[in-house]
Amino acid sequence: MVIVVVLVSWVIGNTFDNLSTRGIASGFSFLQSTAGFGISTSLIEFSEASSIGRAFWVGLLNTLLVSAISVALATILGFAFGVARFSGNWLLARLAAVYVETLRNIPLLLQIFFWYFAVLRSLPSPRQSFDLMGLFFLNNRGFYVPALEIFDGGGWLLSVLIALLITAFWQRQQKLISRSCSGMAVLLLVLVFANAGISVPVLRSFNFIGGAVLSPELVALVIALSTYTAAFIAEIVRAGIQSVPRGQIEAANALSLSNKDRMRFVVIPQALRVIVPLLTNQYLNLTKNSSLAAAIAFPDLVSVFAGTVLNITGQAIEIIGITMAVYLTISLAIAMAMNAFNRTTAMRGLSP
Amino acid sequence: MRILRYLVPFLSVVLFGAATSAGTLDTIKKKGWLTCGVSQGLPGFSVPDAKGNWTGIDVDFCRAVAAVALGSPDKVKFRPLSTKEAFTALQFGEIHILSRNVTWTQTRDSALGVNFAGILYYDGQGFMVRRDLGVRSARELDGAAVCVNSGSTTELNLSDYFRSHGMKYTPVVFEKSDEVLAAYRAGRCDVFSTDQSGLYAQRLKLPKGNVHMILPEVISKEPLGPAVRQGDDQWFNIVRWTLFALIGAEELGVTKSNVTVLEKKTRNPAVRRFVGTEGKAGANLGLDPKWAVRAITAVGNYGELFERHLGNKSRLKISRDLNRLWNKGGLHYAPPIR
Repeated sequence: MVIVVVLVSWVIGNTFDNLSTRGIASGFSFLQSTAGFGISTSLIEFSEASSIGRAFWVGLLNTLLVSAISVALATILGFAFGVARFSGNWLLARLAAVYVETLRNIPLLLQIFFWYFAVLRSLPSPRQSFDLMGLFFLNNRGFYVPALEIFDGGGWLLSVLIALLITAFWQRQQKLISRSCSGMAVLLLVLVFANAGISVPVLRSFNFIGGAVLSPELVALVIALSTYTAAFIAEIVRAGIQSVPRGQIEAANALSLSNKDRMRFVVIPQALRVIVPLLTNQYLNLTKNSSLAAAIAFPDLVSVFAGTVLNITGQAIEIIGITMAVYLTISLAIAMAMNAFNRTTAMRGLSP
Repeated sequence: MRILRYLVPFLSVVLFGAATSAGTLDTIKKKGWLTCGVSQGLPGFSVPDAKGNWTGIDVDFCRAVAAVALGSPDKVKFRPLSTKEAFTALQFGEIHILSRNVTWTQTRDSALGVNFAGILYYDGQGFMVRRDLGVRSARELDGAAVCVNSGSTTELNLSDYFRSHGMKYTPVVFEKSDEVLAAYRAGRCDVFSTDQSGLYAQRLKLPKGNVHMILPEVISKEPLGPAVRQGDDQWFNIVRWTLFALIGAEELGVTKSNVTVLEKKTRNPAVRRFVGTEGKAGANLGLDPKWAVRAITAVGNYGELFERHLGNKSRLKISRDLNRLWNKGGLHYAPPIR
């Protein structure tokens, strides 16, 4: 232990000595200086006059946003395809197999480019947008929706709605909660339309101004990350289901449970014991893979902080160090949360 | 791979001392070649041709330095680098010269442990739009989506320009210039912004070049030039005076074709000092008297370099404007060899 501490402090001291003898700036004071650049997508208020430290938070929140949405979608898709492989319908089972084998065998970066340029090329320019009720517009600059002014940018509105949807999905069997959820959603919608401070997107000389926008970068990244990871999750789900002893299924049949009930009450709960620990790996991978966002201009942590900020300040050691520490922290947090969830699904009495 | 690029120099600075900062000339003489950091492909500046040979004005500058320091323009290896990697690679001695379209700024000169040896090309950031957008000036770009390359000074100039004119814009920031161009083609942005020379170069890659126009406004000063690591003054002098030799040669009328004749016949004292028949310019740099002659024999003078890679003899057809000599209305000015 002592040796490790001495070694680490020697390494750090030596690094800073070397940096100063070479005339390279070091330290973390750059975080307070003015950013001076703009960021297209931000969940919190950000302008060119904000500090570099704030740009870091913008990037971090964007990383978390894209990871959270993709994790949710990947889980839903993955479970659907995993279960579909056992379907009695030959076509459905084959389709699920083809999906898994195609998606997981093509490099993710290529898939991200594919979705990005496929999305961009298939959409019209702002002047020929798809128009829905004069409130929603879809074009190659993104999907424009009306936004609450108080939410500033609508990113929050979006995340609240998504959180609601996820809760509703998880708690589906409990009607009460699902009802209260939809009630809340309706309440929110009423609030949106009743509020005078709502901003509707309007077409100006180039683009729509006002409202909130879901950028094509975000959409492409979420599609690519979730479909790619879903292929792996589907395989994990398949393995989990296959790990349930045949006797359990035969017992369920003997009780004349329907196909659906057999899956829901007998197979899935037992399969989860196998699935959850493996799922953790996939969530970690997905979060780390989200750093490929830099390739398609989505302003995540790597693009904003380890990209733009690194270029401006040139302090590679500090910035790469912070970025690595952040990914480590996120990954450990996900692993901790999943371990806690795992304890609730693990077989009681058997696990130590 | 990408992580390795950072990790290797990172570990070297963490574990070892700064012992390698002096004696670049001796190091490369021992090795037999020098390593030159260039761009990842910018026509006119540094781009590999079909056979994999690097060409461009930045590339030829490194060849000139190799000719000066090692006696042959071929004793140079090129290393393509993104803006993000460029300075780190130079700081940690992976490359001996950074001759890549990078802007000389105060921060880079003073806080990154590098020294800029001079200015090879006076550039400025501009805008490219589709003609059918109906825009004639950058002042009409309020609300536009702008595709840019991450890094260099592009993003900062862009936000300064829009802020100072009270206009809004959406930055769409890519890591590599190929993706910037692809997104611009796909209609993600109204505007493509980078250094003007870069706009001319990228326009060549578009299928119908004249559908796109480059707006007249130049919104920044972008002096592009070679940089070396701090702490080796002799090497800094060699690189700097190679640049001055190229510019000075144009002013003296020394060209690739007449340099060997002038070497023997001229009576002009300035030219005699240049070709090393008078004075001891070479010795002062720690080199032999023929150093400048080798540079010109290898790549020609600055004017020849410009015309060959960027001007009328190239596909880019960029006008020389600021890049003329000082006595012809431009900014290039080499101190005298005395």
